[in-house]
Amino acid sequence: MSAGVPLSWYLILSAVLFSLGIAGFILRRNVITVFMSIELMLNAVNLSFITFSYQLKQVNGHIFSFFVMVVAAAEAAVGLAIILTVFKNRSTLNIDDVSSMKK
Amino acid sequence: MQLWLIPVLPLAGFLLNGIFGRRFSKTVVNAIAIGSVLLSFVWVLKTLAGLGDLNAAHTEQYFTWIQSGSLNIGFDFTVDRLTAVMLLVVTGVGLLIHIYSIGYMAHEGGYYRFFAYMNLFMFFMLTLVLAANYLVMFVGWEGVGLCSYLLIGFYFDKKFATDAGNKAFIVNRIGDFGFSLAMFLIVVNFGSLDFGTVFTSVAGKSEATLTAIAFLLLVGACGKSAQIPLYVWLPDAMAGPTPVSALIHAATMVTAGVYMVARSAAIYTHAPAAMEAVAIIGLATAFFAATIGLAQNDIKKVFAYSTVSQLGYMFLGAGVGAFSAGIYHLVTHAFFKALLFLGAGSVIHALGGEQDVRNMGGLRKKIPWTFWTMMCASVAIAGVPPFAGFYSKDAILAAADRHAPWMYWVGVITAGMTAFYVFRAIFLAFFGNYRGKAHPHESPLVMIGPLAVLAALSLGGGYFFKVPEFLAPLFPLAEEGHDIGPVVVSVAFGLAGIALAWLFYVAKPGLPDQVVAAFNGLYKLIYNKYFVDEIYAAVVVNPVVSGSREVLWKGVDVAVIDGAVNGVGSQARGIGGVLKRVQSGNIRSYAAWVLLGSVVLLFVMGVMGGLR
Repeated sequence: MSAGVPLSWYLILSAVLFSLGIAGFILRRNVITVFMSIELMLNAVNLSFITFSYQLKQVNGHIFSFFVMVVAAAEAAVGLAIILTVFKNRSTLNIDDVSSMKK
Repeated sequence: MQLWLIPVLPLAGFLLNGIFGRRFSKTVVNAIAIGSVLLSFVWVLKTLAGLGDLNAAHTEQYFTWIQSGSLNIGFDFTVDRLTAVMLLVVTGVGLLIHIYSIGYMAHEGGYYRFFAYMNLFMFFMLTLVLAANYLVMFVGWEGVGLCSYLLIGFYFDKKFATDAGNKAFIVNRIGDFGFSLAMFLIVVNFGSLDFGTVFTSVAGKSEATLTAIAFLLLVGACGKSAQIPLYVWLPDAMAGPTPVSALIHAATMVTAGVYMVARSAAIYTHAPAAMEAVAIIGLATAFFAATIGLAQNDIKKVFAYSTVSQLGYMFLGAGVGAFSAGIYHLVTHAFFKALLFLGAGSVIHALGGEQDVRNMGGLRKKIPWTFWTMMCASVAIAGVPPFAGFYSKDAILAAADRHAPWMYWVGVITAGMTAFYVFRAIFLAFFGNYRGKAHPHESPLVMIGPLAVLAALSLGGGYFFKVPEFLAPLFPLAEEGHDIGPVVVSVAFGLAGIALAWLFYVAKPGLPDQVVAAFNGLYKLIYNKYFVDEIYAAVVVNPVVSGSREVLWKGVDVAVIDGAVNGVGSQARGIGGVLKRVQSGNIRSYAAWVLLGSVVLLFVMGVMGGLR
């Protein structure tokens, strides 16, 4: 870790990003925004992985973050496809309008 | 020898008539029903002729029915001398009654149904008789009970007929329960149900075991053969058509119990207590049924109680060790009681359904054939020598005298009552002046023919068919110290009964009323059959019915079982109603729950120190 930037700053940044992701996920109604919030949470976690990996001089954290990126890419593909289909059928991106499963 | 053909022929008749009978004309139905029984009878004759002297049993094994461990029950038939007697009685008398039914049932609905059931009955009865082990016998035993139920309730649009059918079926269940338990005991103790195996290994078993088996078999026999305390179904069974009463409830099925006891003689002779019980039950039944018969006015009821009483004689014979005498009486009784019932049927037929002897009278001239044939049966049942009943009843009474003199005396008094009530019915129906309204007409030849044959058998059957001698290899005859005294006494009682009936109902018709007035209480008692039905209703039936309704139905079934099931259901519904609020379908609320859960988890781990 280069001099001057302590470990806690990275972790605080990661926690802030994660919290923003949660807040966006819970508070926003637009599906696209919700989706982006998920990506934000994933990347916040990636950041903490990389930080610890660098701190501990071990490669495991890098590998984990690659896995997360792959999953995120796959998830983005599937998620966007679902969003497109929902929009075609319902003409809406409001997440509260697609809660028909409970009936 | 293809024994299986004997029962299968009537079965084929049943299937043909039962399935296609609706489309057949009466002629075709007759040809199938009577033809199948006739072929069966002919095959019995051919088989017996081919088997020679039958000193050893001839057994045929068809297939293994039940194989479980060391227990092996085959579907086997066997013929020995006892079976031979029963086969001849069942197919012979059965054939005559089938022929008679053509005339009797000519104007009844359900013609093909009647004959189908009758054929089915023949199948089961022959299976019962031919069985080589207790289980096959039980199949026949249950089957004849089924046919009895179906035929008692033949007029199923009449409530009393279906009630009588139910009564017969339910009372028989009690007996079958005993029979089943006896079979279980036999399996446990002998490891087999085959007659041959069981009877040859009887000697090594403890008397207590054999007595238990014998008593349980006796329960079965009491149900089927209408002995005290299970006789109550038989008088009601007269709700069926008269040929049914003659075939099933006089000549064949009800004698199955006697046959079973005689077949199990090896067990009974090693269980003296059970033998004594058989004798006492038989004697008590003979006596009490005879007293009830004295005061009945329905001609079929008179003969029904007479049947119960005569079956009691057969049990008495078996119980005092004279199995062959019991079977002898079974055979002669089949002749004369079938004849009495068929004759009664002919009278009822002639009068267009009238069954009350008080509305008959003077029929002697109007339906002479019926009168004379019934007269033959009456002298036979009354024990007038040298007719059929004399020989068999004498054999039983002689054996009873050797066993215990008091049994002989009760038997003799019963014989006197038998003669009295039978001739009372005859005199009321055929003598004096006609008291009814219908115009009597003689029955057709197809009914008179069987009556005549049975009349000949009733007169000569005892003399020509020496059943005890024929059965001697199975049941050794008692040493012949033939004392003439007891015979004379019993014949005298029989003749006295006839004379008394003549005095009461022909010579001095006013006398019975005076006697009734003098013994009014006693008369009421026997007229109402000792109130046995009422007592059973109060002691057994009503407690069971009300117990079932109030406790088992409304208590256990509705409150406990339904309550438990419905309670579980409504609880699940209630819990689900609460839980379904969580499943809102709102993704953001799910996310909030996940968040909340993670926070709680983190908090707990922090408190517990899991993060360090």
